[in-house]
Amino acid sequence: MKKSELPDPFEKARESKGYGEMNDQDDPVTMLLRHKDVRKSAHNYKTFQSGAVPGRIVIPSEVNIRDTRQIPFEVDPPVHGVYRAIVEPWFKRPLQAEYQERLRSQISEIVEEALQKGSVEVVTDFALRLQSRALTLLLNTPFSESETWISWGTHVFRSEGEALDGDKANILYHYIDEQIDRASEDPGEDMYSVLLNSEFEGRKLTKEEVKGVMVLTFAGGRDTVINAVTNSIAYLAEHPEALERLRKEPEITGRAVEEMIRYFSPLTQMGRVVTEDAHVCEHAVKADSRISLCWASANRDAAVFENPNEIVLDRKVNPHVGFGFSHHNCLGATHARQILKILLQTLAQKVASFEILDYKENIEDLDHFQRKVGFHNIQIKFNPLTK
Amino acid sequence: MAKITFITSDDETITLEGTSGSVMALAVENGVPGIDGDCGGVCSCATCHVHVTPEDMVKTGSASEIETDMLELDDNADEYSRLCCQIEISDAIDGVVLKVAK
Ligand code: FES
Repeated sequence: MKKSELPDPFEKARESKGYGEMNDQDDPVTMLLRHKDVRKSAHNYKTFQSGAVPGRIVIPSEVNIRDTRQIPFEVDPPVHGVYRAIVEPWFKRPLQAEYQERLRSQISEIVEEALQKGSVEVVTDFALRLQSRALTLLLNTPFSESETWISWGTHVFRSEGEALDGDKANILYHYIDEQIDRASEDPGEDMYSVLLNSEFEGRKLTKEEVKGVMVLTFAGGRDTVINAVTNSIAYLAEHPEALERLRKEPEITGRAVEEMIRYFSPLTQMGRVVTEDAHVCEHAVKADSRISLCWASANRDAAVFENPNEIVLDRKVNPHVGFGFSHHNCLGATHARQILKILLQTLAQKVASFEILDYKENIEDLDHFQRKVGFHNIQIKFNPLTK
Repeated sequence: MAKITFITSDDETITLEGTSGSVMALAVENGVPGIDGDCGGVCSCATCHVHVTPEDMVKTGSASEIETDMLELDDNADEYSRLCCQIEISDAIDGVVLKVAK
């Protein structure tokens, strides 16, 4: 098996019965594994709600480590739509040329540094830094803030093991509280200030609501982006022909990004709470139990994708659910897509080849399924392109 | 060369000309409101949804299965719905009128 490969642990269960079961802190989850069921259920917010107790739709559940409701993520329509409309324009800023230029220069610098050093540990010294610096653009905060975020390490919610770590999460929550207080005393043009000044149904957003949006922004875009960046580089290291192709046919870069998102599925699944007794693929689910929308499994469904376990760099029709689906699709997707697009372009321009020197896989324990999501660490040598 | 007309949800009429590529790409390049094309045209985002004028359906053809599956969950979709990233520009679609869904 190639080192960059992410095997699909769900295939058998998906094809034979369509769902899987997982126990999570005594609040079991029925995992939906088929593309069709995942999309349908994501759309059906009445039966499968997001607005449950804060933290419950996340797997592993964060009920015990968080009270703040993440917004708009843990709110159902129609109120969800009101919040979403408030934040959406801000999250579309990555489409602006100036934003992209600044992102490009950040990424260029990190790639140049890796080339100079020769070899780097990609998770911590490349992906975490890239993600943190890029986040200063999304939040429109000083670049120096990224140093703080980098110092938190890759695990903000978890200590080295798998278990959720309330103390670690508190570092983030306290930091956000401080930033909100600062912005409310001395407003600027950063995301905290803009949110504090936003109107929601005739009043300003409360500090708690602002915190809910900020926690979502920090949490949702951290491990996911880090894994996507790391996995992309590992893939290119083992597929020099793909790197060559991106050099020769830069016009396929957008498709390559979508295909990598499909294949890597940086977020394995997202939960919902069942509001009434229902059926999912002929399996009964009870009111107040949980289901999950398993994006990673849906993205390998052979009923939808030809050669699902292969990265087809220029896959033309690619209805993946790597950014989720329907009402709650990923708010940070515009930012994430730009990061990956500019990363691939920059690597194609500057790097001749890579060599994977050493690595440790990151395997998610999903009870009956073990899914590789990326790496805990991976040392890679960057060889410069000399023209 | 094909002339393509978009009617936005604010009832603005925008007529554009194109020779190749997808209708979505043409709309995005020209900033047609309501067509975002988030996924770049691979059929995964549905932010390029249009309603084709019924008599123009012969020119554009109807939605593929993947499009229909995607649109099935859109409350605003009907038999004239298309994801316009899946409509290729060519002389054959000259003169079509598309109503932007969003
Ligand atoms: S642009 Fe995404 S589906 Fe058409």
